Parts: sequence; structure tokens; C-alpha cells
Amino acid sequence: MTCFMADVRPIYLKEKRVNSLKVSLFITCLADQLFPEVGESVARLLHRFGCEVDFPERQTCCGQPAFNSGYQDEAREVARNMIRAFEQSEYVVSPSGSCVGMIHHYYPYLFRDEPQWRERAEAFANKTYEFSQFIVHVLGTDNIRATFPHSVTYHPSCHAARLLGVREEPMQLLKQIEGIELIELNKKEDCCGFGGTFSVKMPDMSEAMVAEKAHHVSETNAEVLVGTDMGCLMNIQGRLQKEGRNIRVLHLAQLLEEGIRNRDRATEPNRA
Amino acid sequence: MTEQLSQTGHEEEAIGSGLKKRAKKALSDDFLRKAVAFTTDRLKNGKLNAMAELGEWERWRERGRAIREHTIRHLDYYLNQFAENVVQAGGHVHFCRTADEAVRTFLGICDKHQAKLVAKGKSMVSEEIHLNRHLAERGIKAVETDLGEYILQLAGETPSHLIIPAIHKNKRQIADLFSEHSGKPFEPETKMLAAYAREQLRNIFLEADIGMTGCNFGIAESGTVTVVSNEGNGRMVSTIPKVQVVVMGMERLVPTFEDVEVMLNLLARSATGQKLTVYTSFLTGPRRPHDLDGPEEFHVIILDNGRSAQLGDPLFQEVLHCIRCAACLNACPVYRHIGGHTYGSVYSGPIGAVLTPLLHQDMKEAGELAYASSLCGACYEACPVKIPLHDMLVHLRHRRVKMKLTPLPERIAFRTYRTAFGNVKLYKMATKSAYYLQKSLVKEGVIRRMPKPADGWTQSRYFPMKPKLSFRERWAKLQQELRQDGSGSGAPAGERRERHE
Repeated sequence: MTCFMADVRPIYLKEKRVNSLKVSLFITCLADQLFPEVGESVARLLHRFGCEVDFPERQTCCGQPAFNSGYQDEAREVARNMIRAFEQSEYVVSPSGSCVGMIHHYYPYLFRDEPQWRERAEAFANKTYEFSQFIVHVLGTDNIRATFPHSVTYHPSCHAARLLGVREEPMQLLKQIEGIELIELNKKEDCCGFGGTFSVKMPDMSEAMVAEKAHHVSETNAEVLVGTDMGCLMNIQGRLQKEGRNIRVLHLAQLLEEGIRNRDRATEPNRA
Repeated sequence: MTEQLSQTGHEEEAIGSGLKKRAKKALSDDFLRKAVAFTTDRLKNGKLNAMAELGEWERWRERGRAIREHTIRHLDYYLNQFAENVVQAGGHVHFCRTADEAVRTFLGICDKHQAKLVAKGKSMVSEEIHLNRHLAERGIKAVETDLGEYILQLAGETPSHLIIPAIHKNKRQIADLFSEHSGKPFEPETKMLAAYAREQLRNIFLEADIGMTGCNFGIAESGTVTVVSNEGNGRMVSTIPKVQVVVMGMERLVPTFEDVEVMLNLLARSATGQKLTVYTSFLTGPRRPHDLDGPEEFHVIILDNGRSAQLGDPLFQEVLHCIRCAACLNACPVYRHIGGHTYGSVYSGPIGAVLTPLLHQDMKEAGELAYASSLCGACYEACPVKIPLHDMLVHLRHRRVKMKLTPLPERIAFRTYRTAFGNVKLYKMATKSAYYLQKSLVKEGVIRRMPKPADGWTQSRYFPMKPKLSFRERWAKLQQELRQDGSGSGAPAGERRERHE
């Protein structure tokens, strides 16, 4: 068997929200370096939902850039560091379905010839969740008190959907927000053309894809584009900026945090 | 009219001409992009509707996968059984190891019958062995009778899609082609154009010495060749000419009629969104004494041409499960923009990107096709027999790396990556220096132009500026903020943020 993709939606133990669930944030190298505010939103939300959040300092990158380019030995060494970094964690949550997909579907393959490491890789994969997946399936949060009075369109990321089977979860969260106007994105399942090194290696193909995606986003006339993966969002945002379009691009966690802040402000009695 | 048919126009493999170059050409062709996007959308939506209408698609798909897996695992057994049953039914079987052998076998049959005209049903394997060119060199006229293939033969082009060979052409272009060919003006109306082709092809069916078809599924238990078509041409070429030659890939078998039922359900729906194609022909040997029609002689050429090399390969054997429905092409966002010719070989789209390097056993030039994908996984999702094409593309890239076929700067870059990203201290140093290095590039918070090799990014989009403090550099402060707030107290997130910033 060579397929590592989720055939069916994974079955989750739907745990009742327990206070002080210990969660380690896997920030991803991209968000760490370019979008730290996404990590801040994730940490604040997890904290608000009753988790004890920590940040294992040793973490770097999941290894996907190397793995997807065919450099499996290189990816394996970077993966080893990640496995060590999160060995003590109870839960691992990340704002990227792509990086979590890498861990779930390729780590066991990378260590296929090293039984001990394979076991460690599988243990890592079993406790690692994409952000919306964790909120919906582990925390079971179904009453997010948030207000976001803007029009929003949602781009589903390929790896979250197709590697992890995370399809409805982001919408389940968005639909709980008051005042939000959700606009369906035409051809939403089509890849935005990021593809990691693909965007640089095959720039013309990538351009055609991102141009079409940006076109569909603009067509919605939404004020905000929301997604669950900063790779895709960085790509689409970069295109929108180059086209001079004024559309806010937010990670789902940022949008939720802002929505909760809005709601808190409105209901806080003694706020000036 | 057939004199004007291009006999040598089928381009040879263009694989060596550079993937990026071919992509650039296709991407600047608005007609092509519009035509391909229009038809792939239509086919993709048709498939989605057909899947929903059938219900239990995942179970059908799993059944299809299991049938293919079983067949390919025991391919030797089923090939024997199939061949024996073809012979039993009065047919001839020719196993051919290479394209060259298959061509020679075909020419041998032509010689035996002093054939001058071959009427061809649609067959990708005949494209794979460049049969038309070889026939032309022998002075034998081959005429494509599938409408799409017929159009391409007039235009002197090769198919750019597995099932809609002329997908890259719009009606206007086809009308112009027919006008030029017939000397009569044609309007871009499907009915008129099809009627013209039908009229032209009628005589070909009647006059052909040999009818050639492909094979969608060979049924081992009976030696039956299954041919599906929507135009009826497959039926014509397999009933009228005195001699029929089937050209098929060695993997194209199923054990039983019960299995072919499952596969046909998957094939038509995945290919065009139909429940069943208009014609499904089951051909078992030549005509029997009581038959009203059918060929007097029935040959089956079974081609290996690199296929058996995949047997036993844990990473690639599954590529032989493919039933050539083209659902992966229709789902692929890369194919959608670059069309089939960019792949530079007979098989295009995600399946072509995997199959071509494997069949050619060429990781260097054909292997480049593995990069014609963003690895989005739409191909796997669309595949009715669950071939993990996206994984295979990564494995092909790995094979190229192992063979040292990737550029040296790239190899150095990933070696550096391993060192720097495998150790957090080095990671921090490297990313910190990136912050300072970017300074000359940043304007108004974004990078509009990046130096090589990252300039590909900024050719079509901006790159964000790296902020001064990374997340890990903000963590201590954030952690303090969260601690002060108390665990899970539900205090307003926004106010916390304001307090601490």
C-alpha cells in the first residue's frame, strides 16, 4: 500500500471539554517567521477554550519542503527533530492542515525502516491535530460567542481536505459567528497554485492557478478571505496585493479571535 | 478526401523539448485554455452528478480498486487465461514486449492481407506505439474514425486528452479545419460538423481492409474484448472489415463479466458522467458460422512496453490499475491550464506525469513531469480506482534525487535546510539573518521582487515581509499574558491583547 491519504473521515473520540487540556502549539515555520500573529490567535483561543498551552521551543519545520521535492533523507532528519520536540506533549495543534498532513501521512512512511522511530512518529501523528479539527472534534466547541459583521469567503485548503479529511469543520465554526455573511467561493476546491516549491519551480503554472483563484475571490466582493493554511493564504494574498485588491486575508483563528473580541467588547458592561 | 489526411502529422514524442517551455506556450494560448477549462468543467460536474445519482460511490470505488489490485497481482494468471480463451474462440494473440515489436506484428498482419486501408477506432495504445506513422511509412493509409481523433488527424496533431482527444480545439477552429479540408464553408455547429465527418467515414468503414480497435477491458474468463464508445465507430470497425486487430496494454484485464460490470459503472461515470456509454461492445473471437457480421480474422496484440517493469514495485505497481477514464485530468488544476500537449507525450495529466517516466524508464527528461503538480491531491480524489497519484509524483521526485538528476544548487539548498532546520539554534540564526537580508527588498511592507531563484514567486505575486519578532520571540510575553489571565477563565481576548501590547 502506498496511499497515505485519508480514505474516510477519521473517527474522533469526542471528548467533553475538560479544563486544562494540555496542548502544545506547533506553529509551523511559515507562521513562526512570517505570520506570528496567527500563532498568537491560536494560543489565545485555545487558552480561552480552557486549554493549557505550551510551546516546545525545539520545534522548527515539519520537513515537507524537502519531502515534497524528493529529498527524503533531508526531510527525515528534520522530522526526527520534530518528533523529539513534541515527545512529551499530550496534544499538538497547528494552524496548518498541510503540515499536520505531512506528519499524519508521511512520517510513518519516512521511518518505515526504523521500527522504533516509526512508533514514535505514529504516536506523534496520533496526537496531532489541525486547528479547526481540534476545536470541533476534541474540544467539541459548538457555541462560539463571536461577532464579525463582514462578508467573508472561505478557501478550503487541499491538504486539510484531502490529506486529513477536514472539510466541514472550518465552516462549522464560521457558521457560529453572529453577523457574518458567508459567500461561497466559486471553484473553491481548486488548488490555489501554491504547492510549496512548485510555486517557484513552475512559476508559470502556479501563476495561472493563483490568478484564477484570486479572480474568484475578487468576484465574491467579500471583504475578507479566510482559510486554514498560511501557505495558501500567503499565495492568494500576494496575488491580490499585486493586483492592487483590497481584501483582508485572515487565518480562521485570527477571524475567530477578532470575532470574540468584538463580541466581548459589545457585552462588557463597564467598558468606556 | 482521405488523400489529404495527414499520415505523418502525428508528432513524435516532445518530451525532450522542456516542460517549462511547453507550459509557457500553452499558457499563452487563450483558445486552448478556454476550451480545456470549459470541457473539463463539464466532465467534472457530470461525474459529480453521476456519482451522487448512483450513490455509495466510495463503496463502488473501493470495489473497483480491489478488482484492479487483484487482477494486477495475478496478472500472469489472467493474461494466460485471457489469451487461451481468445485462441479458444478462434482468435490470435500476439504478446509484444516493445512498441517496435507491436508495430512489426501489426505490419505483419497488414502484409498478410495486403492491406491498404486501416480504419481505426480510438486507441491510446496505438498512439503510444505511433502506429499511424509506421503504417504511413509502409504506404498503408490509417484513418481515425473517432470524431475527435479524425479532427486531429486532419490537423496533423496528437490527442491532448485520454477520452476527448481534441479537447484543446473549439468549434470555430474545427469548422475552419473542415472548411479548409472540404473546400466548403462550415459554420461552427456540432451537428453539421459531425454529419460531414460521418459521411466521410462511411466509405472508410466499407473499404477498410483492417479494422483496428483498442480495448477497455479484456475479460479473462471468456477472452472477450470490451470496447466502449459514444459514436458507434468502434462497432463499425469491429464488424465490417474482414480482419480485426485489437491493440491493448497488458494490464487492461479483469477476471470476469461480473467484474467488468463494476468497472463499466465506474468508467462511464468517471469519464463523462454517463451511466453507460452509448455503445458497449463485447467482442469474442472472429465471426462464428451463424453470425451475421464480424471479422473473419481476429487478432489481439498485447503490449508490455515498460508496464511489466512496474510489477512488484511497491511504490508504482498501482499505476497499472488505471482504467484510462481521464477523471484525474479533468480534476487537475494544472492540466486545466496547460492542456495535454504540454506533457510532451501520449499520456497527459496526472496519470501521464506518473506513467510517462515509468513507461519510458526515463527519469531525466520524462521525469521532469513529476513537477507538473502542486500535489493538491485532486487526482487521487477523482480516481475511480484510488490510485495515489499525488504520492507517486513525490516518489518520482525522490527517485530523481537518488539518481542525482536534480540541479546542484537545489541539492545544496536542501542539504543546508537539513542542517539549519534540523537544529533549532541554527534555525534561529538562519531566520534571524533572513530578517536583515530582506531589508533591501522590502518596500511598504511587502517584497515586490525577489532575487533568483525565488524570482518565480514575485513574477506573479508579492511576498510578505518577515516581521522583526518571530512567534517564538513573542512567546514569553504571550505566555505571561495567558498566565496572568488564568487558565481558561474566558476573559475577553481583545482586552488582554491591548493590555500587553
